Amino acid sequence: MFEPVLLRNVDVPDGHLLATYEAGGGYRALAKALRKHTPDEIIDVVKKSNLRGRGGAGFPTGMKWSFVPKRAGKPKYLCCNADEGEPGTFKDRIIMERDPHQLIEGMAISAYAIGAETAYVYIRGEYTLAIARLEQAIAEAHAKGYLGTRILGSDFSFAVHIHCGAGAYICGEETAMLDSLEGKRAQPRLKPPFPAVEGLYASPTVINNVETLACVPHIVARGPDWFRGIGPDKSPGPKLYCLSGQVRKPGLYELPMGIPLRELVEDCAGGALPGRKLKAVIPGGVSAPLIPERGLDVGMDFDSLAAAGSMLGSAGVIVIDDSTCIVKVATRIIEFFHHESCGKCTPCREGLNWVVKVLRRVEAGQGAPGDMEQLEALCKGIFGNTFCALGDGAAMGLRAALAHFEDEFVTHIEERRCPFH
Amino acid sequence: MTMREKIEEAAARYPDQRSAIMPALLIAQRERGHLPGPVLEEVADILGVERIWVYELATFYTLFHTEPVGIFHLQLCDNVSCMLRRSEDLLRHLEEVLGIKKGGTTPDGLFTLSTVECLGACEMAPVMQVGDDYHGDLDIARIDALLDRLRATVRQATGADLAAAGPPGE
Ligand SMILES: Cc1cc2nc3c(=O)[nH]c(=O)nc-3n(C[C@H](O)[C@H](O)[C@H](O)COP(=O)(O)O)c2cc1C
Ligand code: SF4
Ligand code: FES
Repeated sequence: MFEPVLLRNVDVPDGHLLATYEAGGGYRALAKALRKHTPDEIIDVVKKSNLRGRGGAGFPTGMKWSFVPKRAGKPKYLCCNADEGEPGTFKDRIIMERDPHQLIEGMAISAYAIGAETAYVYIRGEYTLAIARLEQAIAEAHAKGYLGTRILGSDFSFAVHIHCGAGAYICGEETAMLDSLEGKRAQPRLKPPFPAVEGLYASPTVINNVETLACVPHIVARGPDWFRGIGPDKSPGPKLYCLSGQVRKPGLYELPMGIPLRELVEDCAGGALPGRKLKAVIPGGVSAPLIPERGLDVGMDFDSLAAAGSMLGSAGVIVIDDSTCIVKVATRIIEFFHHESCGKCTPCREGLNWVVKVLRRVEAGQGAPGDMEQLEALCKGIFGNTFCALGDGAAMGLRAALAHFEDEFVTHIEERRCPFH
Repeated sequence: MTMREKIEEAAARYPDQRSAIMPALLIAQRERGHLPGPVLEEVADILGVERIWVYELATFYTLFHTEPVGIFHLQLCDNVSCMLRRSEDLLRHLEEVLGIKKGGTTPDGLFTLSTVECLGACEMAPVMQVGDDYHGDLDIARIDALLDRLRATVRQATGADLAAAGPPGE
């Protein structure tokens, strides 16, 4: 029986308070890290655990940390990505609202490992409760000596600051986030240089997602083998899945990495709404290509989903039933990406504008005979030609909808109406 | 604390004043309701940064309002998870009962109605944010009850209270 780790405090009354967190063994991993391990040993433990980033790309966390130069001659920074803008995703909000100390402990251990004395939590401005809870938790942790100078009698000093976003999805892209933190318009940067070498204020910087950082205390406390023993070896660990859309029991679920998508949707979340049938599922936020019902036996981990032509992304699992028009869903998703395009590169800025126009007319029953070819040509012009992954994600998602539900698009065009209206 | 003091406190968290523009704008917007040109210039002066930098951010990020908004800003999510839970019906209903289109403000200045991208609370779709608060699992009856509650808070705060409070932000 799998025992939740990341969510163990979320339903506990006052789970957001330091006293509750300490009563459950909180901050012991930080004490262990500072007393028994060198920073390099912590990096090693995290490498051995095979922890991969929970923000979407699945990059190995320990490896990312090891890219930070040991002697930089400059301050180093840790940035926590709490922008959580990927539609269908709400896991980081729930961690910060209900168990913020878990994140703070994770940040403190991670900062110790990379040699950072300052962290910024970039948190979307809409999350007012999470911001308030995190502020309170930072103050409590300071007062108890888990943050501040010479933490728990060690040589390690560390401060955490909150930086509120102001509503732009692109701020979640790590280099755009750095520009935003520097007080600029958020637009992705050219890589290299990678942030680990030249990030915030041109200093070495590690950017990690909230859930990634929240895994760290557990890995330090229980050891890398425990973590690696959960789910597939190359993509292991406990994982948060955000279930939403047309499903009986939407909510946040913690289960092993690699659990079959069908089990997650049908058994855990209760399956389709009464009287409805599952039609398709978006497994990882709207950047992830949708999977038709017949493909739901895929495992929910980075490698299995990639092999199936989709991606784990943010694990925002959006369930779509047979009452829903796929053209409408695809249109809404592309409208989102078009709205959030930062405008830096032409294929994304102009291409998505064009795609939105074509999709809207198809959905409205005013599609023209060549529109399917037009859409494919536009995807081809966008995919692989954009500056950041936003444009690619949009094109990949649309291609999957066109491939799996071609008949629905064609019906719209041939019958000049939406069959769902 | 005055607005200046709050902004200076926030700025102390960064090695570079330019980083403090975003937090300063959020503080200014809370104090002044919205961010017209003179407020942007005030922020630039407090931080000692280029005015153009401040204008740039105020117009880039969607949470900043350079135009006035109603006392209650109804921000209905219409992204995919909420759409799948019929947020469109709620939008139509709100437009009808408030007598405005999305993007509009009621003549009494009470409500501004907007649609927004995913609020990160899809487990309670359909969701609407009003001020700081999230309201989830909405249906038409709950929307009506919410509008009544919001109107009641304003009625309670009218008259003597408002007069005593003086102009906002003082
Ligand atoms: C358009 C775009 C939006 C993104 N949004 C987020 C986000 O909201 N939260 C997040 O953690 N990562 C987001 N990412 C991924 C980050 O760029 C980065 O990979 C991640 O924060 C690294 O942390 P991790 O290794 O712990 O996953 C986004 C990427 C792109 C291209
Ligand atoms: S792909 Fe889109 S969001 Fe990314 S840099 Fe280009 S225009 Fe900006
Ligand atoms: S789609 Fe509405 S809150 Fe996420």
